[in-house]
Amino acid sequence: MIFQTPIMALLLVAGLAALTALWAGGFAVTVLRRWDLTDMGARQLRMERMTELVSTLFAAVMLAELAALLLFVFNADRMSSLFVGAMCAVGTLNVNDYGFPALYLKIGVFFAAVIWLILDRADRLGRDYPLTRVKYAALLAITPLILADGAVELSYFLDMQTDVITSCCSKLFTPNNPNLANQMAGVGEAQALWLLGLTALIALAAGIAALIRKRGYGLYALASALMFGMGLTAIVATISLYIYENPNHHCPFCILKPEYGYVGYALYVPLFLATAAGLGAGVLSPFQKRASLAGPLPGLMRRLLIWSMAGFATFGIVCLIVIWRSHLILFG
Amino acid sequence: MTPFLRRQRALADFTLAALARRKGKNIALIAVYSVVVFVLASAMFFAASLRFETTTVLEGAPEITVQKITLGRQDLIDGSVADEIAAIRGVTEAHPRLWGYYYDRINGANYTVMVPDDPEMMPDPGQIAIGEGIPRARGLEWAGAPVFLSRYEGDLKKFDVAKTFSRDSALMTSDLMLMNEADFRDFFDIPKGRYTDVVARVRNPNEVATIVQKGSNALPQMRFVTRADIARTYQKLFDWREGLLTALAFAGILAFVIFAAEKASGLSAEEAREIGILKAVGWNTRDVIAMKMWEGGLISLAAFLIGTVAGFAHVFFFGAPLFAPILKGWAVIYPDFPLSPHVDGLQLLTLALLTTLPYIAATVVPIWRTASADPDAVMR
Repeated sequence: MIFQTPIMALLLVAGLAALTALWAGGFAVTVLRRWDLTDMGARQLRMERMTELVSTLFAAVMLAELAALLLFVFNADRMSSLFVGAMCAVGTLNVNDYGFPALYLKIGVFFAAVIWLILDRADRLGRDYPLTRVKYAALLAITPLILADGAVELSYFLDMQTDVITSCCSKLFTPNNPNLANQMAGVGEAQALWLLGLTALIALAAGIAALIRKRGYGLYALASALMFGMGLTAIVATISLYIYENPNHHCPFCILKPEYGYVGYALYVPLFLATAAGLGAGVLSPFQKRASLAGPLPGLMRRLLIWSMAGFATFGIVCLIVIWRSHLILFG
Repeated sequence: MTPFLRRQRALADFTLAALARRKGKNIALIAVYSVVVFVLASAMFFAASLRFETTTVLEGAPEITVQKITLGRQDLIDGSVADEIAAIRGVTEAHPRLWGYYYDRINGANYTVMVPDDPEMMPDPGQIAIGEGIPRARGLEWAGAPVFLSRYEGDLKKFDVAKTFSRDSALMTSDLMLMNEADFRDFFDIPKGRYTDVVARVRNPNEVATIVQKGSNALPQMRFVTRADIARTYQKLFDWREGLLTALAFAGILAFVIFAAEKASGLSAEEAREIGILKAVGWNTRDVIAMKMWEGGLISLAAFLIGTVAGFAHVFFFGAPLFAPILKGWAVIYPDFPLSPHVDGLQLLTLALLTTLPYIAATVVPIWRTASADPDAVMR
């Protein structure tokens, strides 16, 4: 199975990311131990120059990882025709035990990557690079995640057996099967929508409060994380039903298919970006008091917050359009 | 426009002007880069198109084929099996088929000989309907020329050609020869009541697995092949061939990466002076890196566009003469069919990752090295 072109592209990204992460991780250890801006020596100067390279490389790798996340899901959907019993990405990911962990790790790397890029951006705003240590500590924490992602992905692709009968989404996302996916599907349709609406109100209130009072970004970050969870639950429990116009089809992957006008991307992309921006604003909030950041940082956080709220609003509007245009009548 | 966008636009403007100043070097780079993209794009477009054709062709095929297996080989099957299959709930129709291969000693080709299911397609006794590949392989140039078939030395049987299939259906019919049932039994010496295999149609595709299960229980000596099995095999075959070509092309990418790294690290005196001046007038390392990244991005974009468009033209306008034998396979008599374009986001994203990522990886360190050097050191 490894001789599939998209798989080779994914493994190329994973390989390059792992190499960069290992090398950058090694450099991060040096920075954490020796970083001292008051030092005028050659070693510190070299280190300062190296940080430019690390930032550039890491940013490139993270962008590639974002593309890889899309490609991973897209390709899983495409490959489903190769497996007995698979009808969409769920079947392909279920082919062996590594499929879903690989997806979860990829999503984890996505959020970690965006947050790191936000930290990097904030660090560059200050004259004295006040977040360098924080940034490199974060990089050290992301490195194992990237390595695990690469390893699990490789195991997943190496272990794909086409003669194994896998299960389709109709089996995984049914309320009478004990795991997370089915608990999401098992949440009542109305309940999921109510919870999503309530979470959206909380997020809206937290966002407006943070914009006015210029604090409370941490709370908004929590609300964003909650919004992400509720958004996914609502997609599985209710929104997908409206898209398929079928009260029993809960799959969160089939909505990415061309048959449904790729509407899934219009839901997931704003949801993921909004969550990442919201988390980023929260992560930055403890550093507002650093002297060199006091001027520029609030502006960045404010922009992140507005982008995040705009993203959630887009997600909500797409949900409403889907429900409005659907011929399925779930309530009333 | 936000300050960020304004900065990027200014950088892009500057980079374009800088690129234009070193026309020769950059055109050479883009040319080599485009060739790499072209090779990969051609392989991917072609394989995707073949996969699409096979899927389309198989859509009309029966859901289940039943074969009798004796001593591990396929054997002639009794006509009554069709009735037993048709009796399984969910099967809409089952009928036995007569078909086989005829080896033509004149040109070494194999023809597929069939008795059609459709009575309207059935040729009259002594007549055959043939695909466009057969007269082509035999060199029969005038319409209406009879076909002589010989089973063994000294044997010769004449058939009149009642119809020749058009090129539109070439993928299915190129090597096809339709015969009357009586002629078929007589020509191949098949006893009455015996057939090659039995095919069944199923109304609901979700029931195929259950029907195969029931059928296997009732007729354990038979082998059941489903349409999905066949489609999967084709898909894997084309995927594998495409992957093999991509892996080979990757050697080319590596060579190109070394070339690009060499180009990026070997700064010309003029470029070094330019960076020195930029830094002296106040650009910082980050600006120079951003400018150089813009340069790499513009070169990648140009090469990607040129390579992809050339690959598209190569495959869909010219029939991929460079790769066709590897991806299609070989045969004396091969269908001559037009490829229909089939390109999607997955292919373009894969292509972009496979070609631009190694380029960025190869050039980022040399770029950083020149950008972070002291102005006086670079200018000296």
